[in-house]
Amino acid sequence: MSTLDRPTPKVGVIRRAWNFIVELWFVLIRPSSVFGLGVLVLAGFTAGVIFWGGFNTALELTNTEKFCTSCHEMRDNVFSELKSTIHFTNRSGVRASCPDCHVPHNWTDKIARKMQASKEVWGHLFGFIDTREKFTDKRLELALHEWARFKANDSLECRNCHSAQSMDITKQSPRASDAHQRFLFTGEKTCIDCHKGIAHHLPDMRGVPGWQ
Amino acid sequence: MRKLAIALLVLVIAAGTGSLLADPLASGLRGSTPLNDEGPAPPMTPMRNTAEREVRNYPEQPPVIPHSIDGYQIDLNSNKCLSCHARARTAESQAPMVSITHFMDRDGQFLASVSPRRFFCTECHVPQNVTTPPVSNDFVDIDTMLSRAAPGGRR
Repeated sequence: MSTLDRPTPKVGVIRRAWNFIVELWFVLIRPSSVFGLGVLVLAGFTAGVIFWGGFNTALELTNTEKFCTSCHEMRDNVFSELKSTIHFTNRSGVRASCPDCHVPHNWTDKIARKMQASKEVWGHLFGFIDTREKFTDKRLELALHEWARFKANDSLECRNCHSAQSMDITKQSPRASDAHQRFLFTGEKTCIDCHKGIAHHLPDMRGVPGWQ
Repeated sequence: MRKLAIALLVLVIAAGTGSLLADPLASGLRGSTPLNDEGPAPPMTPMRNTAEREVRNYPEQPPVIPHSIDGYQIDLNSNKCLSCHARARTAESQAPMVSITHFMDRDGQFLASVSPRRFFCTECHVPQNVTTPPVSNDFVDIDTMLSRAAPGGRR
């Protein structure tokens, strides 16, 4: 306390900040002598609702096609490729946009993925893939990450829409019906094992199992 | 007399071009759209997707693809067809293997995998659409030809 009581004009910025933190700490740990407990609880609750709502709103804003394609790395490479595939336009008008496949829908996993994505923000700021050449050079590595993720969670993001239970194989072509019965229903393979490159172009596939 | 003939000729030519211009030149293929206009595109027909082999019309014919190949990437990076039709993949996929001729280079030497000149499948192999062709085909295969009583006779 002696340092707080004896302010000198030559105190540095760090020192002053430290003093402020110490002072704040002592204010915070002391019981309030002005506000009632009910007021504090209510105010805390309201502030919590506002904070949590704001947090989730901001989180959902980063979970939109518009946000994802605001970076040219996404817009000019992977998003432009998505446009010609069945996940973008199809007969029933349902679109799977970026986060439907690339962000887990479960809250805990979503937060974990969002924390990982901070590396992607870093990569964007420092231009890891800011040209087409850099992107194509790095493409296999990036694709391998996504395939590993799908493999590890048993293609969970595919199964958010496509479930084996609701799949009517009599409506499928003979090839598809046969392959799904042999590999999907037996659990021998998961979606991504066969369905690579369905929404984006493939990188150089030499060395990837099952490809030439 | 001569002037009358010229006048008559001019009249005939004018009438002829007039009727030509007025004629929309309807044909079975392009419909009644005038020649300098582009007509509406015909609706897209579904692709044959039975996965059953089709007969070849002659032994050298590249077999047609009896299934849909929408979105199949065949480029420098990857070849989707080969994930089923490559030698090592046929046990799992039960698809026919790429013909051994596709492993040959131009000198007839066999390579370890599909030769680069035979890599782009859709240069020769094509899927089939379910549609009525606007021009019918009266192709007759060699077996039918040979079994006829009078070869080279009326078809």
